[in-house]
Amino acid sequence: MSDETDKRREARSYLIGLGLALALTLPVFALVAWDLAPRMTILWVTAIAAVLQIAAHLRFFLHIRLKGQTREDLHLILFTTLILLLMGGGTIWLLWNLHTRMG
Amino acid sequence: MTDWGFPFGRLTLDAIPLSDIVTAHGRTELLSGITGSAAAGAAVLGALVALVIVTWKGWWKPLWSDWLTSVDHKKIGIMYIVFSFVMLARALAEAFVMRMQQVVGHDGGGIVMPEHFAQLFSTHGTIMIFFMAMPFLTGMINYVMPLQIGARDVAFPVLNSVSLMLTVAGGIILMVSLVLEPFSTGGWSGYPPYTEAAFNPGAGPDYWIWAVTLSSLGTTFTGINFAVTIYKKRCPGMTLMRMPLFTWTALCTSILMIFAMPPLTIATALLALDRYLDFHLFTNGGGGNMMNYANLFWLFGHPEVYILILPAFGVWSEVFSTFSGKTLYGYTALVIATMAIAVLSFTVWVHHFFTMGQSANLNAAFGIATMLIGVPTGVKIYDWMLTMYRGRVRISVPMLYALAFLFLFTIGGLSGILLANPTIDYQTHNTLFLVAHFHNMLIPGLLFGMIAGYTMWFPKAFGFRLDEKWGYRAAWCWIFGFMGAFFPLYALGLMGMPRRMADYFTGAWLPWTVVALAGAGLIVLAFTFLLVQLRVSVRDRARLAVPVGDPWDGRSLEWGLPAPPPEWNFPALPRVEGRDAFATLKMTGEDLGPPDDGYEDIRMPKNAVLGPVIGALGTGLAFALTWYLWWLALPLAALVPVVLIAQGFRRDTEKVIPAHEVRETWRAFRALAARTPRVSRRAEYTRDNRGHAIPMPQEAAE
Amino acid sequence: MSATQTRHPGLNLGSNHQSADDRAETEVFGFWVFMMSDAILFGLLMATYVVMRPNTNGGPGPHDLFELKSIFIETMLLLASSVAIGFSHLALKHEDRPTKMVIWLVVAMALALAFVGFEIHDFLKMAGKGGVPQASGFLSAFFALVPLHGLHVSAACLWGLAILGQLARYGLDDGVKVSMVRLAVLWHFLDLVWIGIFSLVYIGGLA
Ligand code: HEM
Ligand SMILES: [Cu+2]
Repeated sequence: MSDETDKRREARSYLIGLGLALALTLPVFALVAWDLAPRMTILWVTAIAAVLQIAAHLRFFLHIRLKGQTREDLHLILFTTLILLLMGGGTIWLLWNLHTRMG
Repeated sequence: MTDWGFPFGRLTLDAIPLSDIVTAHGRTELLSGITGSAAAGAAVLGALVALVIVTWKGWWKPLWSDWLTSVDHKKIGIMYIVFSFVMLARALAEAFVMRMQQVVGHDGGGIVMPEHFAQLFSTHGTIMIFFMAMPFLTGMINYVMPLQIGARDVAFPVLNSVSLMLTVAGGIILMVSLVLEPFSTGGWSGYPPYTEAAFNPGAGPDYWIWAVTLSSLGTTFTGINFAVTIYKKRCPGMTLMRMPLFTWTALCTSILMIFAMPPLTIATALLALDRYLDFHLFTNGGGGNMMNYANLFWLFGHPEVYILILPAFGVWSEVFSTFSGKTLYGYTALVIATMAIAVLSFTVWVHHFFTMGQSANLNAAFGIATMLIGVPTGVKIYDWMLTMYRGRVRISVPMLYALAFLFLFTIGGLSGILLANPTIDYQTHNTLFLVAHFHNMLIPGLLFGMIAGYTMWFPKAFGFRLDEKWGYRAAWCWIFGFMGAFFPLYALGLMGMPRRMADYFTGAWLPWTVVALAGAGLIVLAFTFLLVQLRVSVRDRARLAVPVGDPWDGRSLEWGLPAPPPEWNFPALPRVEGRDAFATLKMTGEDLGPPDDGYEDIRMPKNAVLGPVIGALGTGLAFALTWYLWWLALPLAALVPVVLIAQGFRRDTEKVIPAHEVRETWRAFRALAARTPRVSRRAEYTRDNRGHAIPMPQEAAE
Repeated sequence: MSATQTRHPGLNLGSNHQSADDRAETEVFGFWVFMMSDAILFGLLMATYVVMRPNTNGGPGPHDLFELKSIFIETMLLLASSVAIGFSHLALKHEDRPTKMVIWLVVAMALALAFVGFEIHDFLKMAGKGGVPQASGFLSAFFALVPLHGLHVSAACLWGLAILGQLARYGLDDGVKVSMVRLAVLWHFLDLVWIGIFSLVYIGGLA
């Protein structure tokens, strides 16, 4: 593969990433700015948009793919995600539980 | 306007332990002051003697250029272990004083005041975990792991030196706290709100915060360094499933370090924000939530205990297979069990505070998860026993520790399964039962493992064995001392004696504490014997010399190198074709060297001053922050980025060792091996053992 | 699509830069591992923030303190800065001369500094309304989390300057190249953290 096409492809990747990021950010801000939906809806939309945007950044800015990646790299990111879920989720579960029992 | 704390901040004469003697009212206060002053005196004297010896012998230059600035993983490993021995001596002395206090303080009074007792268990616990156990295992991995995977150094040698110096900086802060009191009274876990400014405005908790923070930063970097080394620096053919088990446990421990240290860093940093800037993260009032501290601390704390134990499991695996003359039984099961433990260790932290008030369902979930960890650990115990089965088991010092470990660790594990049941934990929480349990894991599991590893790899590092006679004496004292010191605590705990208590009025407890004191005395003796052993072995090093480097008929790559190995470890990167790489190679009669024309120039990292500089900055910064010396803290903090940027500008970081030099060295080694007779295992502990082993299958065939 | 095996996660130098690429294999992988450790740090601070969110202690809450407009500007600045560092990385990978790389790096730094400027402005304004960390658990958690991110961004800018200094001194050598790759990884990572912060803290607080 020639260098030129490589370069153009990669530049396009950043632009796609930018487009996706905007598409996932702007509506969320709009929802809040003009109060377009009930609170819970906004929160859910934001959460989903955030996860998607993180995935988009990883894919198009950081060039993390499921294929063509060496195995240990993918392990690293997936393991981090697992630990984040365990620790973050556990913290919120535990302290929320305590919170409700003190009320 | 701003108070710069110039020159002494909040440091006053009261900080000197002697002042406690001057102001003492009554016997206990006086004795307490004397104890504290004696400890401080010993610390100052020790430092002075060290300085005088180094100056007297003209060792400053070699100390600086051969050791402190060295980035050689072997030297860094040795420095870690020396450091941990020094800290072990102090923490053991403190343990002995505590045991003594619980005997003489049974009707109130005693030899240390409650405040002082609280400092003792806080420093003892903090040192044992962060400045004895962690450096010991980090040093062991540093020395052994790169040799086992056929690497010339770790992935980031300069970072390795930085990690060491950060850890040492924390240790220095702890030693300083002995001379300029007080240390924290909040235990090794430092729970707020007790450690908050409202209850504990003095310097104590701040010492603790900075010492622990320095160590946790060092450990994070170590974890990254080891993991990347194992992933990226293995020699050709060394696939993951061919790695020796010690390296596997090193990998899992490193991964735990990478992911478990951040919660600790957060816990201490947020506590510092509370104390220094009046935040309300863990305070009683102002919307703080101290339960989150317990949560954060144990998010670190539980994985931490597996950081501590896994490398010891690795040592045990090597000991059992080496001294049974047999490949490890159930390698794959052991690897899977290690990984399972590593992952599960992130799912159980709540068992450290079952009594905090969360719902029974939540507790049950974490109780079950805790019991699950027993399964892979049990698998390991069976694998080790089956490694011995039908092996040619040789009793040696490491093997004696290993056998004691099998029995004692199982007892400790069973007491852990009891504690994992929340309903039982409600009865035993915060009693000496718990103290008995965790010492039962940490001493036979971790500490025996480290001493066994030290005994096994010492000849590799220094070229001579450790004297066996004193080794056995120390081992028996450790084993019986441990049982004497800690089995009574199970009983005391069930009788309701709380932990962390300076004096009590329950006569029934006294006999048990007396036994525990006797046990602690034996342990002090055991430690002394280790020192004697070192002294004797250095004296008799000619008799104990094993220059060919394979005293135990070892199985992994490190045993194929001269003892001590050259700076560049391997004359050419080995090519590995299976597990137990050196055991296989030995059978062919070859060695790790390349053919005569196969030598190449070797590039090795040059010494770096970054480590000591960062260590010095860390020590100074921690001290300045503890005593509010803002005028000092500010410039030191500003220097940190400057130093790091300067490091980025370094370019000339490697030196070249020419191929002919490597060839000469290796040829000399070959010649030495050729003229050194091979010995059978029967002669293992005689002066005939020069480190040239007859491989076990050949010996068995004779 | 290119299926060439990369040697470490994400941004790669590619085979045009043989010796630098060799070094990058360990150094960039190591940096990723460090980032993952840092991710745990931010993740737990976010969890702490969620837990502390109700503890306003009678003081001001999100609606009194946060301003959507400036958060929006900050988000856009950081996003643009992320794209700019991406182009800087592309220039490094494909151009022989460092001019374009430097230009894009400077653009990225300028945008990031603007981000930090807006953020400081926000904090000062909050303080004016009684939104100081000492006021409540909620605000303590906020100030433990958000400024730490800002601090990371500032440190990244400082690092960018240091790399420019190295470039001036040594030219585009392997050290500079590998540092640039790591800097780019850090830059993108900080944008990821910001997604978490603006969603959880600001949108979550104002919704
Ligand atoms: C070798 C002989 C040892 C003796 C005689 C000993 C003795 C003690 C004593 C008396 C206490 C205080 C118990 C109480 O709260 O009433 C204690 C606490 C503790 N020890 Fe040890 N110990 C020894 C070794 C170790 C080792 C090897 C470790 C860790 C690697 C360790 C870690 C701890 C910890 C973490 C605490 C808790 C401190 C706290 O309460 O915050 N100890 N030990
Ligand atoms: Cu635990």
